[in-house]
Amino acid sequence: MNGLALSNVSYRYGPKTALDDVGFVVEKGQFCALLGPNGAGKSTLFSLLTRLVTSADGRIEVAGHDIAKQPRLALAKLGVVFQQMTLDMDLTVRQNLTYFAALHGMSGKSAQRAIDAALDQMDMLERAGEKARALNGGHRRRAEIARALLHQPAVLLLDEPTVGLDAASRQAITEHVHELASGGISVLWATHLTDEVRADDHLVILHRARILADGTARDIAGDMPLLDRFLSLTGAAQ
Amino acid sequence: MKPYLVSLYAIVLREALRFVHQRERFIAALVRPLVWLLVFAAGFRAALGISIIAPYETYITYETYIVPGLCGMILLFNGMQSSLSLVYDREMGSMKLLLNSPLPRWWLLVCKLAGSTAISILQAYAFLAIAAGFGVTAPAVGYLTVLPALLIAGLMLGALGLLLSSFVKQLENFAGVMNFVIFPMFFLSSALYPLWKMAESSELLHAICALNPFTHAVELIRFALYGQVNLTALAWTVLAAAVFIGCAVWGYDPARGRPGRKG
Repeated sequence: MNGLALSNVSYRYGPKTALDDVGFVVEKGQFCALLGPNGAGKSTLFSLLTRLVTSADGRIEVAGHDIAKQPRLALAKLGVVFQQMTLDMDLTVRQNLTYFAALHGMSGKSAQRAIDAALDQMDMLERAGEKARALNGGHRRRAEIARALLHQPAVLLLDEPTVGLDAASRQAITEHVHELASGGISVLWATHLTDEVRADDHLVILHRARILADGTARDIAGDMPLLDRFLSLTGAAQ
Repeated sequence: MKPYLVSLYAIVLREALRFVHQRERFIAALVRPLVWLLVFAAGFRAALGISIIAPYETYITYETYIVPGLCGMILLFNGMQSSLSLVYDREMGSMKLLLNSPLPRWWLLVCKLAGSTAISILQAYAFLAIAAGFGVTAPAVGYLTVLPALLIAGLMLGALGLLLSSFVKQLENFAGVMNFVIFPMFFLSSALYPLWKMAESSELLHAICALNPFTHAVELIRFALYGQVNLTALAWTVLAAAVFIGCAVWGYDPARGRPGRKG
């Protein structure tokens, strides 16, 4: 079963087309980078994937569940890291995660065990008692990723998760999430930075509401650096 | 059923923790009605004579008359404050986290509403206690019987806030809500003057006041504070609460669309 499958997805804001016949598949255990410049339609796509909005056009499946027909089953299989930080700064890391666990119906000892495991997975267990406000940007992001893993999702969505982080934090988080994919989670990583994409990664290039390329980063880059290929593709589409 | 109760507890607790972290909000919520009670009412006591009207059995001071209205004011302002924080949550992204839960969206919104109403009731009781300290009291049993009235009125006004938050897209637009919702609702009600007084001035304004759901919320509280049930006020308040909750759930329907930032 695929982790994430989209077919013929379109979305319009009045007369403006934000997504036009978008379709791609992220297989189980695959790291898929969704690369696109600002305004490409990445955030609209994330809003559809997380059911913040719905569209009558196209089909989105999360771990085999159609998000339009089985939204609760689909959302239960989805872990999301939004671009904006969504931690409550006045609460500790553990309190933030406990709140999220409750939103997924988890409570008591089982929730605390899941929190410990998720924090440990992100090397954040020793910071569980610290207030989110006291953490640096990189650790806040790790806490958010741990939170997104709490309910053991099949698919992890990350919307430009390294925005505002220093180079070391960016690298550490990118590596962590690649490791998660190796462990069996399907990852969709939205970014506009080509250096976060590895040659073996599945790459989807989105520009002006349409998919320009879909394949491995190595194949798409061909005989030139990925950045140059990305610029030439998006430049050619202007 | 367990996931529903777990989420209800967590959301109400989070609202409570947020409230505890914002002590100035608690103080501001109390100062506003206390200024009305201790300053405004003292000035108007001489100007406004209150005749004997239900549920009162004797002549009352103006301060006694406006206490239920000021409880309503607390619920109204807190409902709007919650609405403001929802718009803020949406801009900051934490609303996405809530709406991304696999639990039904209507339930998540009801949990939010329950949290904000619990805070409102706490503030109303704190106000009643301070008012009693200044000698403005109600019958002892009234402090118990007013609880369900505060709950229903709080849910109705919180639901109105929830509804507004689904349509107000940006924080900057919130000043408009203050001007066009809170003040007309408060002043076109029986909070500060009985409706028969309003009728003496203008039949039209009296008719508007009689239709205002806030008037009925205030009257529900007023009667409950004296151990009585005003069935008309109860029916109006429950009806308004149901309509506002229904519209708020519709307002947050993902099919209505609001992806937010475009990227």
